[in-house]
Amino acid sequence: MNRKILFISVAGLLVLAFAVAAVLFQQSASGRFDQTVLERQGAPIKGPQDAKVTIVEFLDPACGTCRDFYPFVKKLIDQYPGKVRAMVRYAPLHPGSDQVVKMLEAARYQDKFWQALELLFFEQYRWVVNHRSQPSQAQAVLAALNLDQKRFLADMKRPEVVQAIEKDVQDGQTLNVRATPEFFVNGRPMPSFGYDQLSRLVEEAVADAY
Amino acid sequence: MKYKISLPGIESGWTLLFAAWIVAASATLGSLFFSEIMKVPICTLCWYQRIAMYPLALVLALGLFPHDPKIVRYAGALAGIGWFIALYHVFLVAGIIPESAQPCVQGIPCSQTHISLLGFLSIPVMSLFTFTLIGVLLFGAHRMESS
Repeated sequence: MNRKILFISVAGLLVLAFAVAAVLFQQSASGRFDQTVLERQGAPIKGPQDAKVTIVEFLDPACGTCRDFYPFVKKLIDQYPGKVRAMVRYAPLHPGSDQVVKMLEAARYQDKFWQALELLFFEQYRWVVNHRSQPSQAQAVLAALNLDQKRFLADMKRPEVVQAIEKDVQDGQTLNVRATPEFFVNGRPMPSFGYDQLSRLVEEAVADAY
Repeated sequence: MKYKISLPGIESGWTLLFAAWIVAASATLGSLFFSEIMKVPICTLCWYQRIAMYPLALVLALGLFPHDPKIVRYAGALAGIGWFIALYHVFLVAGIIPESAQPCVQGIPCSQTHISLLGFLSIPVMSLFTFTLIGVLLFGAHRMESS
């Protein structure tokens, strides 16, 4: 009899410890992060520049969930006109994505960043095979944008481009971005992953800021 | 008379099994904490070790009520398999087995695989330690039963 009581109380204690640790971890994770780590000067921004609510999204163009979230984030920006903007930062976690991300930055110099991103998402099946990015295929997909190819290839090698991507990767590591997409709304991460969690964070941030 | 002689043996055997169960249950919850709460990505080798560890938490508990000394046989096999996989994993991370043979990166698009706690305790090392501890406890329990 004593053994059973011992067993049940130890089992209960273990489960309790798990639950307490989970709550503590989530509380510590929901703290705000340093602005210089969260945002990069000059990163692509969708929505009004002077919006007080910023959704920072770490994404990989090869990531299927990032593709699925893209229209949702656009909808959130439209839902609160003038109040919400989204900043794209790169987390090229898939093998080969580091090259594709350079292409996105190069497309910016020809003012076609968003078209390039949308096209890459839309045609993802053509250049992402078994979770691996195929940079040459991605480049073929982007040819549809009629970019100046010579400039495009030269811009990919610009030191500013390389530095920008390096900073994104570095900040991503600081912020523990291990999977994409990862969102920070005015510095706060989602308590758990999901559409509702993101829209609730934005709702709260808008209520706080306006 | 017989009852009195065998009693200390059974008592300790049970206690050691109970200790092994606590270790296995803690490891199970700990690994779930890493993957579900901290969102650490799980590599293939980690899954193989989980396949050995999770049943231990269940099977050892069943061996406690009613106390069944034979559980050492079944749990021992699981702990042994887990131990070898953990050892392989530790060697892999330490670079003793060449990087090109590393299966960990496969299937996980997210780059970081080996997260280390406190700077030196990586998850594979914790796993190897845990399987070793369970093995020792099971061996002790077995010895106390047979003596």
